Amino acid sequence: MNRQSRFIVSVLAFGYAFLYIPLVLVIVYSFNDSRIATVWGGFSTRWYGELLRNEQILDAAFLSLRIALTSATIATIFGTMAGIALARFRRFRGRTLFSGMIVSPMVMPEVITGLSLLLLFVTLQQLTGWPAQRGFGTITIAHTTFAMAYVAIIVQSRLMSMDESLEEAAMDLGGHPLRVMFDITLPLIAPAMVAGWLLAFTLSLDDLVIASFVSGPGSNTLPMYIFSKVKLGVSPDINALATLIILLVSSGVLLSWLVARRRT
Amino acid sequence: MKDFIRIRGISKHFGDFAAVDNVDLTIEKGELFAILGGSGCGKTTLLRMLAGFETPTSGTIEIDGVDVTNQPPYERHVNMMFQSYAVFPHMSVEKNIAYGLRKERTPGKEIAKRVDEMLELVQLGNFRSRKPDQLSGGQRQRVALARALIKRPKVLLLDEPLAALDKKLRERTQFELMNIQDELGVTFVVVTHDQEEAMTLSTRIAVMDNGRFQQIGTPKEIYEFPANRFVAEFIGTINTFKGRVAAVADEGIKVYSTEAGVTLTALGKQLVEEGQEIEVAVRPEKIFISKEKPESDDDVCIEGVVDDLGYLGNRSLYRIRLESGKIVQVSSQNRRRSITRFLEWEDKVWISWRAGSAVVLLD
Amino acid sequence: MWKKALIAAPYLWLLLFFLAPFAIVLKISLAEPVFGQPPYTHTVSLENFAFLFSDKLYAITYLRSVFMAACATLLCLALGFPMAYGIARCGRATRSLLLMLIILPFWISFLLRVYAWMGLMNNYGTINSLLLWAGVIDQPMQLMYTDFAVFVGLVYSYLPFMILPLYASLERMDLDLVEAAQDLGASGSRAFWDVTWPLARPGVIAGCLLVFIPAIGEYVIPYLLGGPESLLIGRVLFDEFFVNRDWPLASAVAIVLLLLLVVPIVLLQRYQSRDQENTA
Repeated sequence: MNRQSRFIVSVLAFGYAFLYIPLVLVIVYSFNDSRIATVWGGFSTRWYGELLRNEQILDAAFLSLRIALTSATIATIFGTMAGIALARFRRFRGRTLFSGMIVSPMVMPEVITGLSLLLLFVTLQQLTGWPAQRGFGTITIAHTTFAMAYVAIIVQSRLMSMDESLEEAAMDLGGHPLRVMFDITLPLIAPAMVAGWLLAFTLSLDDLVIASFVSGPGSNTLPMYIFSKVKLGVSPDINALATLIILLVSSGVLLSWLVARRRT
Repeated sequence: MKDFIRIRGISKHFGDFAAVDNVDLTIEKGELFAILGGSGCGKTTLLRMLAGFETPTSGTIEIDGVDVTNQPPYERHVNMMFQSYAVFPHMSVEKNIAYGLRKERTPGKEIAKRVDEMLELVQLGNFRSRKPDQLSGGQRQRVALARALIKRPKVLLLDEPLAALDKKLRERTQFELMNIQDELGVTFVVVTHDQEEAMTLSTRIAVMDNGRFQQIGTPKEIYEFPANRFVAEFIGTINTFKGRVAAVADEGIKVYSTEAGVTLTALGKQLVEEGQEIEVAVRPEKIFISKEKPESDDDVCIEGVVDDLGYLGNRSLYRIRLESGKIVQVSSQNRRRSITRFLEWEDKVWISWRAGSAVVLLD
Repeated sequence: MWKKALIAAPYLWLLLFFLAPFAIVLKISLAEPVFGQPPYTHTVSLENFAFLFSDKLYAITYLRSVFMAACATLLCLALGFPMAYGIARCGRATRSLLLMLIILPFWISFLLRVYAWMGLMNNYGTINSLLLWAGVIDQPMQLMYTDFAVFVGLVYSYLPFMILPLYASLERMDLDLVEAAQDLGASGSRAFWDVTWPLARPGVIAGCLLVFIPAIGEYVIPYLLGGPESLLIGRVLFDEFFVNRDWPLASAVAIVLLLLLVVPIVLLQRYQSRDQENTA
């Protein structure tokens, strides 16, 4: 091993340690019996029990799941439509504005997205009476809006790398363009749609800032609940919750990675 | 039934660029017609207009007496074999082949029967339930062919049908394609950049450049009597001599060329005038090479030295330098087996050709 | 017909829920705050913007945000480049594992990952406990609620955004190029600056923008890890809106932030569309 590769290996080791040590510690401390979360007081699973009895957390988690499922699904539908439009219809009026609006939500600071959507909802309510109250509906709309950008980009890039003559061949063989979309295009971009849905789902579950803006009194999503608790400092039941989420997500990612690796 | 495909004044503009520029063409039923040209010459655009993927900017296309100019691809009785083959990756061989009939709502029994026929035709009976990623390139190409033929199209369009195959497979497939065409009597229109492919496959060739046809004719006509310099150089190698028309006689046009250092006789259908600057072209394989001056008086004889030579197995290539500095390429068959070379660098030689071997080229 | 519907549905959604809100923000930024519901007037004046530019506090906050985001970006690059380089030079199997491990944290809640550092950097947290136990220090260091903690949080959260585009451009690079440069007499480090770095530049630009843009408006990290005096623009906007209930001023803050980000966002979009064309 020469000097250069020794340097690279040590940076890699440091980098991965940097990424993973905090997560490992959260898991370790979640089994800490002590109420002061960072002082070891013996092994215990009591925080998991308290977590399951905490109705506020369960309510918040349930709301977050409902929002994530709904918004990911709508975002996948609209995002796929937008991705197909961008990849397959070269020219239509307003294309530049359209592609700009697709990409922008991804890079827009969350505070701006959140603020602008809240102001929209307030204005709409004054003008039309809808939305009568803010919560599930408004958060779902907000999440759909920024998640569909991600879906659209994933679908678009999948379509760009796909041989367009597949669709032309189907049309040449007598398939009406709309039929061709269901026969050929959708089956072939299905993996991209699944990936997009998962991403949209995760982004929705993850979002704190935008939800804080557009939710109303009484509707707390899981991140909002967690934030209100950790503002005050480290807390052992949040450690337990974090551990559950870390383990769940990691095993999901690992599993799909293993499946993908076996397939290639 | 003579003019089966009739293309009249077809143009296709992309912005300011004319990909196809006011082209006329008629193709007869049962022909194996090739459109030959370099990349960007407009041949693919023309093919895509026949298939219905591009709408012409102006002009009309008639197939079998029906104006199809504005018909969408899914309503035309024309099918296409794509350059990438475009075999649907998520469908089995069988499903791929059946796709066209399914869209026509053909009864299931009929579909099964015709799929079997097609599988037999392209010899893929054992692969019917395979997915495309389990097939070789050659097999995928046959799937694409069977899929395009199952609807019994009036015209089959083939976009660079052999480009993706390796050399050996290409030769075999060429003959298979010809046999299938012969068997089914379908009109084939092939687009290709490969002159050899066009020559062996087709009954007629249209050579295309800059969105226009440079020449349309049988392979022989195009090779032996190229209409202009582009066609002559695109198809095979050719030697050209600049010269001035000295006389127009019955046996040919007499051209004095300072490059050649002699007066050449050339055939040409074109009208030329005395004193006009033209070029005379001779194919390398029409030129003989010898150490002694040949006897015959009819032939053109020029003296030169061997500038370079190369051994290609079945033939040898020579570059002969004339007195004027002009380099002439000569290709000669290696009929006899011999270890020693017949000629060496800087040998003095004579090159000669029959007067009828040279043709006149304009522009 | 169906083509129009395909475009129209997402188009209308975005017009209503993405573009229209900005128009409203712009309008409200020109209004004046009042006590009531809604807490703003329907007048038009540039007073909010005048106030933003006259009050030093806001100027300082914007500059601090840019500075912090820029530093965090450079730190990400310093750590991310050798990591991406190392990953790109691994064997295929290792490479896919290492990449998966880079992406994995991204799927775990952002908030919880920032939270994880609170337990580490507390006065009684893991780092201080370890240092005290080892005898390096004799009383806890103040790590939490400092700019240092904010940097750690920013680098930790945005490192994957730096590594992935870097990896993409380094992986595409032909290793033979470096060897060719060395064969032609370049030393190892010369070959790096002559060949590797220029070829990786698109990845560097994309990675830097992907870190810099979101970091500038970051709210959670400065709130949880930064001190009360460490004012960053995202937090100021949030507080203006929720604590002071000054909607017009918050809107003006948002508009100025957006103007600040226009250049990097346009750069990023241009880069990404070019990249897409290259791969297509």
